[in-house]
Amino acid sequence: MTAPFGGRGSPSDGTPVDNLVEISDVHYSVGGRSIFSGLDITIPRGRITAIMGPSGTGKTTLLRLMTGQIRPNRGHILVDGQDVSRLSTSELYRLRRRMGMLFQNGALLTDIDVFENVAFPLREHTRLPESIIRNIVLTKLQAVGLRGAWSLYPSELSGGMGRRVALARAMAMDPDLLIYDEPFAGLDPISLGVILRLVKQTNDALGLTSIVVSHDVDEIATIADISYILSAGKVVASGAPMALKDSNSELVRQFMNGLPDGPVAFHYPAPDYREQLLSGDD
Amino acid sequence: MRLVDDLLTSLKNFVSSVGALSIFFVRVLGQVPAALLKPRYVIAQIHNAGALSLVIIMTCGLFVGAVLGLQGYDLLQRFGSEDSLGTAAALGLIKELGPVITALLFAGRAGTALASEIGLMRATDQLSAMEMMAVDPIRRVVAPRFIGGVIAMPLLSAIFISIGIYGVHLVGVQQLGVDPGSFWSQMIASVETGDINEGILKSCVFGVACSLIAVHEGYTAQPTAEGVGRATTRTVVISAVLTLILDFMLTAVML
Ligand SMILES: Nc1ncnc2c1ncn2[C@@H]1O[C@H](COP(=O)(O)OP(=O)(O)O)[C@@H](O)[C@H]1O
Ligand SMILES: [Mg+2]
Repeated sequence: MTAPFGGRGSPSDGTPVDNLVEISDVHYSVGGRSIFSGLDITIPRGRITAIMGPSGTGKTTLLRLMTGQIRPNRGHILVDGQDVSRLSTSELYRLRRRMGMLFQNGALLTDIDVFENVAFPLREHTRLPESIIRNIVLTKLQAVGLRGAWSLYPSELSGGMGRRVALARAMAMDPDLLIYDEPFAGLDPISLGVILRLVKQTNDALGLTSIVVSHDVDEIATIADISYILSAGKVVASGAPMALKDSNSELVRQFMNGLPDGPVAFHYPAPDYREQLLSGDD
Repeated sequence: MRLVDDLLTSLKNFVSSVGALSIFFVRVLGQVPAALLKPRYVIAQIHNAGALSLVIIMTCGLFVGAVLGLQGYDLLQRFGSEDSLGTAAALGLIKELGPVITALLFAGRAGTALASEIGLMRATDQLSAMEMMAVDPIRRVVAPRFIGGVIAMPLLSAIFISIGIYGVHLVGVQQLGVDPGSFWSQMIASVETGDINEGILKSCVFGVACSLIAVHEGYTAQPTAEGVGRATTRTVVISAVLTLILDFMLTAVML
């Protein structure tokens, strides 16, 4: 197996915290639209980092930048000391073997069943005997409560179930860095609670590093060590989630408390509402 | 001036898409050996591409053969040489109609299925998920489908030709009364190995072209429902045009 990401400082053992991911001055634009302009983020090793922000600010884009799926126009993205935008494909693949990622819509492979989906990375990267693969897969499925669904195909799962299977798959290789893109969206309160605890337990028990993108401010605040709030291409606030809740910045309060009016515009830029309704054309 | 500009732009677009396709082709070829190491996936794809097109290939083969029987008989009897019907039809099927029509049908049936399947995998992030699991989608998804198509095409073509000849026999011998002895003996005497090789070569080339176009269109599809639809349409159009152009070039070289 691959070596873990160096020595991990856990929050409690007193060693100085080092950073697994360091993003500095990243600029990225797509289709002539600037998504990030001077983004700085550090993800400490061994902790849970939350990334929050209104939809469409580029949270998914940020994860894709971090994992080298896309390259920034400017700036550096260091993962475990390596600049991901400068890695060759094979170096990138070597790095990614130590990462697990949960995609926003699950992204399960639709031509194989739940069991094979979770077994997929194991079959591709290891030569484990079938009986061990079976044990690992069933353990991971049990953790997300879907061991009984092993023979279903992705088309037979609800959105929330699909995301839980995808979570089991992301954990299959016991990665050192787990990245979750909106893991709680579409989950019922019971599954949400279970998954929330699972994220926390996996992080602490296996000493890995977790990055969680989420809108669920209250839920994520209970498990995250640090959170970043993104808006308009920049980090607008960062710190312990509880501290952010009491922040006196108007923008942070708006986001953390879910208010429609404030510095972040809920509306996409548009001409005046009254005028457009009255003018009749368009 | 506008016209010249437009022409230059189209030319530039054409050259750059041919370039992109060539680079993609090289990438796929690079992954072919690795894909062959897991024959399970390749066999599944041969089965997939072959089984999808088998019924349509057989039906069309029969009717194309029957029409050849009618037209060929009508033409040959004007020269009093209807005994050559077997030879004429067999050469037409082996050298031209078999490979070309099989390729066109393949593009419409298996090609579109490949393009939309891969395009949908792109649109639902399945390809990105594979990349994140450090699995190259070109090796795991594209190469097995490409190889499957390349292997299936000559086999389908052979089936098309056999059934086509049966169709010719059905009309020419059983309905119009061509002598069965001379039908077969003339065919056996005049069709040479070179003719058969020409047919095999053509269908292999069409297999590479049509499979490549299908997997490329799917792989580069815009990740939306509309993008996947456009990719399937483009697959049929580009494959058909390319097949006919390649057919002309190959025929010109080999005659
Ligand atoms: N390939 C792309 N082409 C054009 N625009 C894109 C593309 N990818 C993302 N965007 C735009 O970038 C913005 C950020 O997207 P995303 O990262 O998915 O947001 P979030 O995950 O925060 O909701 C969106 O406004 C989206 O329209
Ligand atoms: Mg997103």
